[in-house]
Amino acid sequence: MRFDKTEISLALVAIACVLFGFVSPGWLIFLLTIALAKALVVQGVVMQMRSGLVSFGQGLFYCIGGYTVGMGGQFFGIHDAIAALALGMAVAIVVAMILGLLLTRYRDIFFAMLSLAFSMILFGILVKSQGLGSTDGFNVHNWTVFGWAPDTGADSQQTVFTMTVLAGLLIAVLIHRYTKAGIGVICEAVRENEVRVEYLGLSPRWLLYGNYVAAASVSALGGGLTALATGHVDPEMAYWTTSGEFIFIALLGGLGHVAAPFIAAIVFSVVRTYSIEFVPNTWQMILGFTLLGVIVFLPKGLWSLVSREKSGERT
Amino acid sequence: MTSLLAVLIDGSIYASWLFLVAAGLTVIYGVMRILNMAHGSFYAIGAYSAASLVGWYFNNGIGPAWISYLLLVGAALVAGLIVGVIVERGLLRLMYGRDEILMVIITYALLLILEDTMKIVWGVSPYFAYQPYTELGRTAFGLLKVSNYDLALVGVSAVLGLGLWAWLERTNQGKVLRAVIHDREIAVAMGVNVRLMFTITFVLGTTLGALAGALTAPAISVVPGIGIEVIVLAFAVVVIGGLGSIGGAAVGALLVGLSRAAAVHYAPEFELFVIYGVMSLVLAFRPEGLFGRTMARKI
Repeated sequence: MRFDKTEISLALVAIACVLFGFVSPGWLIFLLTIALAKALVVQGVVMQMRSGLVSFGQGLFYCIGGYTVGMGGQFFGIHDAIAALALGMAVAIVVAMILGLLLTRYRDIFFAMLSLAFSMILFGILVKSQGLGSTDGFNVHNWTVFGWAPDTGADSQQTVFTMTVLAGLLIAVLIHRYTKAGIGVICEAVRENEVRVEYLGLSPRWLLYGNYVAAASVSALGGGLTALATGHVDPEMAYWTTSGEFIFIALLGGLGHVAAPFIAAIVFSVVRTYSIEFVPNTWQMILGFTLLGVIVFLPKGLWSLVSREKSGERT
Repeated sequence: MTSLLAVLIDGSIYASWLFLVAAGLTVIYGVMRILNMAHGSFYAIGAYSAASLVGWYFNNGIGPAWISYLLLVGAALVAGLIVGVIVERGLLRLMYGRDEILMVIITYALLLILEDTMKIVWGVSPYFAYQPYTELGRTAFGLLKVSNYDLALVGVSAVLGLGLWAWLERTNQGKVLRAVIHDREIAVAMGVNVRLMFTITFVLGTTLGALAGALTAPAISVVPGIGIEVIVLAFAVVVIGGLGSIGGAAVGALLVGLSRAAAVHYAPEFELFVIYGVMSLVLAFRPEGLFGRTMARKI
């Protein structure tokens, strides 16, 4: 197996992150963990944006991932974090395979609205589920990694961080290869002109279906990691404003590169932490103006600031 | 029997409220092809303006109660007009011609901005304007006591719906508007001032949203975030009916209103589920909504 330049740099950054995790303070680790886990959810949104679909309901899979990890430990005795994460991805894949049959018939705003409706259905169910803590959700704790139980506090924070970085690396490399491979390129072609792709003898619908299911599993992984990091899940994860946040991060980063969502998520988390601290009542306003600014001035996202330097390259 | 009656009454009250909220959304989409995420914020702005004005009126004990109803409507009209013109001229005008889905995201940004603007203007503590609600008393239907204000809401909503329909179908301006809906380019070629029609439509839509908020204000406590709850309900209603269709919005509102009322009475755990369940079900069989037109694909 050969690794290209992007993959090697991703790996180096990941190693640096893990090492950095051993020396940096707890709050920073926590912030980075949440940012990276969210970035994984955003990767799911970006995968669909590449094919021209904007999901206003990616919170559905974020929530499924989180709740599966939580419920696995709480009710089914699955205490191994990695098994629980894998289970979350599996549940998301099954759900996506069913919903995808319906969703792939829709484009544009209809796709956006229907995906929003599905996540709101899950929200509605969870809010009314007494056994799952209703609107309060429940705590996620007592998990192990390969039989080893980290102490609560700094130790477990460290472990989740390392897991998140490694999961992020794995997913980033996979997505990088996916977008460079035939199927990933055709997904972009579907965005440009679906009918012509059909004339080429391909089925856009099944391409989008596969893409949707893959995106769901990636987002569920992000949700599961968030649940482990915060030690808590609640129905808010499936609420449509959560999905709106993911779209925000996706547009902020842009579709130009697999690393963009990670960078955007970190920028987002840092700005968010400080604005909530200093200007709690204008935080959303800052978000709104930033979003408008990105749409008007940086339509290809923050990544275009980086890639612009290399002139002559295909953007 | 009583519970069936309760479902019917609750359902129609809820449906008329939903229609009030959804009407502006569907008008704006029908003409401008903008699915306006910020519609819920217009609703909230209407509610805040009305609640603060009516609250001020009663706290000072100036005059008779009936004036408060005029204040409710007046507050909504002024708020809707001002916000509508500012948003259309100041933001949307610069964005026309972009993808429909990008317009959704732009109005989402607008929603975020408006949410915090409201917090700055009105603070975060709740506003109450319950007097217009309690003033009207209740009517007894057998064992059920129903607030007259809620019943009046059904009437207002019906009048508003008919008025909108008459405006669109029976007046000259409505005819021009339908021409714009049908084909924007041909309308421009025929000398229709589409930009002006856009402004009129958008301001009409925001005013309808603000009016819905103002009329709801006496029945609720006005707090931050009410717009965010409302917008997804309004989406469900207009998507069920078919985006851009006023008749569709009415049917969608009835469908959602009655099924939610039935859920509340017979299976309360499905209260929220049922709304989006109905929406998904309708879309599964009629992707364009019940009254939407099927579009041919363009290459």
